[in-house]
Amino acid sequence: MIALLKRDIRLALRSGGGAATALLFYLAVVIAMPFAVGPNPELLATIGPATLWVGALLAGLLGLDRLFQADSEDGTLDQMLLSPVALPAQVFVKSLAHWLVTGLPLTLMVPVFAVFLALDGTAVAATMATLLAGTPAISFIGAVGAAVTVTLPRGGLLLSVLVLPLCIPVLIFGVGAVRGAMTEPDPFLPPFLLVAAISLFFAVIGPFAAALALRQSS
Amino acid sequence: MKLVADDIAVMRGEELVFSGISFAVENGGALVIRGENGAGKSTLLRALAGLLPLESGKIEIQNVEPEFGEAKVPELCHYLGAENAMKAAMSVGENLSFWQDFAGQPHHKIDEALELVGLAGLGDLPFGHLSTGQRRRISIARLLVSYRPIWLLDEPTSGLDAESARQFAGLMEAHLADDGIVAAATHIPLGLAAAEEFELTGVAE
Repeated sequence: MIALLKRDIRLALRSGGGAATALLFYLAVVIAMPFAVGPNPELLATIGPATLWVGALLAGLLGLDRLFQADSEDGTLDQMLLSPVALPAQVFVKSLAHWLVTGLPLTLMVPVFAVFLALDGTAVAATMATLLAGTPAISFIGAVGAAVTVTLPRGGLLLSVLVLPLCIPVLIFGVGAVRGAMTEPDPFLPPFLLVAAISLFFAVIGPFAAALALRQSS
Repeated sequence: MKLVADDIAVMRGEELVFSGISFAVENGGALVIRGENGAGKSTLLRALAGLLPLESGKIEIQNVEPEFGEAKVPELCHYLGAENAMKAAMSVGENLSFWQDFAGQPHHKIDEALELVGLAGLGDLPFGHLSTGQRRRISIARLLVSYRPIWLLDEPTSGLDAESARQFAGLMEAHLADDGIVAAATHIPLGLAAAEEFELTGVAE
């Protein structure tokens, strides 16, 4: 299992892997925003956390279609299906690897990107905390979508359509929690805990749903 | 150990690929599955490996040696499919050591396995740089780095030159001599001394 985790991380960091693509796409979204809305620091600070969240969501979805498709095309998936290790456990490990090379770096880059969006310390800390809690949900929900679309030639588009609606609650509560941290009457903790709960929920049922879809695909 | 298929039938979508297939292979025995394109050779192998559900009948392993315990059919099998199951971005050595860790039951060392398939010293090359025949031989080396008593091989010699094919026949003979079982789907003679042949003729209407 550790071998699978190490291999997936290694592949993502190699040329043609998804890690750098996701980060660059994230950077592009965040940099484009100040040019689009103008250099008003207050306005930027208001929409900043939302921009970071939308960027993270889209960047997370970017490489998801290859999560199982690459393995399916080169025959690796057959070997995974034959392995004595339970398939949901393998899916969990692959989703975890996906998060470690996309969700986690995206979260860690927030302090850098916050400069473009004129965010203060509180906003940066709150955005990082919610992204840390929320981006695993994107990987685990995405794994289900990736498993369902694994044999489709242009699965990426369908994947986004399938996964995005399920990720909307994460986005709503994630941005809501950051707003709670920045403005006084709104609470931070309840929406933050909801985000964490969604991630944990999908970390459990996502691998089983994805494994079921992968078994049907062979 | 004895690999037994008893009256199996497999559907692909709405279509019956074959039915009423029965055979048995014992320790040290090889089964060559022959048939024209589309007769269902690959489908039969995938069904044996447990990758495809059976419509009827059953596949089982009888008289399992105690060292394998309660293992199910797929856990006793190496399946060499049409694809090589290797990543082009990783080196040959990385690919093989991943499969060794993943499959468990280490058998030959990576270097030994590369030597056995005649590609010693290529361990550091990216898999993507190899030729078709070399890729196939690396894929064959995967069978050697972890131990499985049953080898299920789908067109194992595709892309191999005559010399490599002979070398591979030797590896299969060694596996059989080691009380292994080989079931291969192919239309090219594999050069095995004592192989039972099984002809797939398509669906009996």
